[in-house]
Amino acid sequence: MFYGTELKNRLMLGTAQYPSPAILRDAIAASGAEVITVSLRREGAGGGAFREILKESGCRILPNTAGCHSVREAVTTAQMARELFDTRWVKLEVIGHADTLQPDPFALVEAARILSAEGFQVFPYTTEDLIVGEKLIEAGCEVLMPWGAPIGSGQGLRNLEGLHTMRAHFPDTPLVVDAGIGAPSQAMAAMEMGFDAVLLNTAVAKALDPAAMARAFGQAVEAGRVAHGAGLMPRRDMAQASTPIFGMAEFAS
Amino acid sequence: MRVEVNGKPREVAARDLAALLAELGIAGESVATALDGGFVPRGARAGAVLEPGAKVEILAPMQGG
Repeated sequence: MFYGTELKNRLMLGTAQYPSPAILRDAIAASGAEVITVSLRREGAGGGAFREILKESGCRILPNTAGCHSVREAVTTAQMARELFDTRWVKLEVIGHADTLQPDPFALVEAARILSAEGFQVFPYTTEDLIVGEKLIEAGCEVLMPWGAPIGSGQGLRNLEGLHTMRAHFPDTPLVVDAGIGAPSQAMAAMEMGFDAVLLNTAVAKALDPAAMARAFGQAVEAGRVAHGAGLMPRRDMAQASTPIFGMAEFAS
Repeated sequence: MRVEVNGKPREVAARDLAALLAELGIAGESVATALDGGFVPRGARAGAVLEPGAKVEILAPMQGG
């Protein structure tokens, strides 16, 4: 449950960088995503067509504060997004460095506290750091979104063990791997580990065929989720025959 | 009066945020507004007085990740 909302499809899809609005629309539909992320930028031409796509998609909108570097910027952007999209949800990004796009955990916690107190339902873009996660929960967050890898890098799950630890440390908090995922196999790995959802954008938008890639990600996320629910077999160091030895014929001369 | 709208200096007649949107031909319900770094909700725009040099941000939905 994400702030009381149950989602059947656990892929959350970003809407940036698609070759055309029509391809964006097709990709959203092909992915099966129920949640799409959007941003706010200075009013310009072409906004009407985008609004149509959002409405038509029937998806729940998760506005982001992408590009914000300070608490004040992020809070103001979130407030503006809440009015414009009529939602309490916000993907809170407070970027610490323009090149690495690494979250600034100090400003993130402060902004999360302010927004939670104002009734926002905050989805904080964070790292796999456990203490930052705890502080975010104390600040009022009921969902955490650790990165897989730096935004747009396509490196996948860069700290697999750290993500495992985070999953174990927050068993009751919905966790979404956000950012850095480049291939469906990586999204599936996150879901197999028990993450509740995956948020990505560039891997789909920059594929040669975004709609087909969106479909592939939708299937991978679903497969990973089902696999986690089914219970993966324990890993072994040694081989163990799956076919019984009992009843084997003897052909020795 | 000279104000800054979305980072660009502009000479405007409007004295408040609601009038500014009307003057610029922007439909008020399709944007969100901020004045000097602080959010101004729809209902408060008419009461948001513009001073010379005021920094106005008018934002719309945009593709994002």
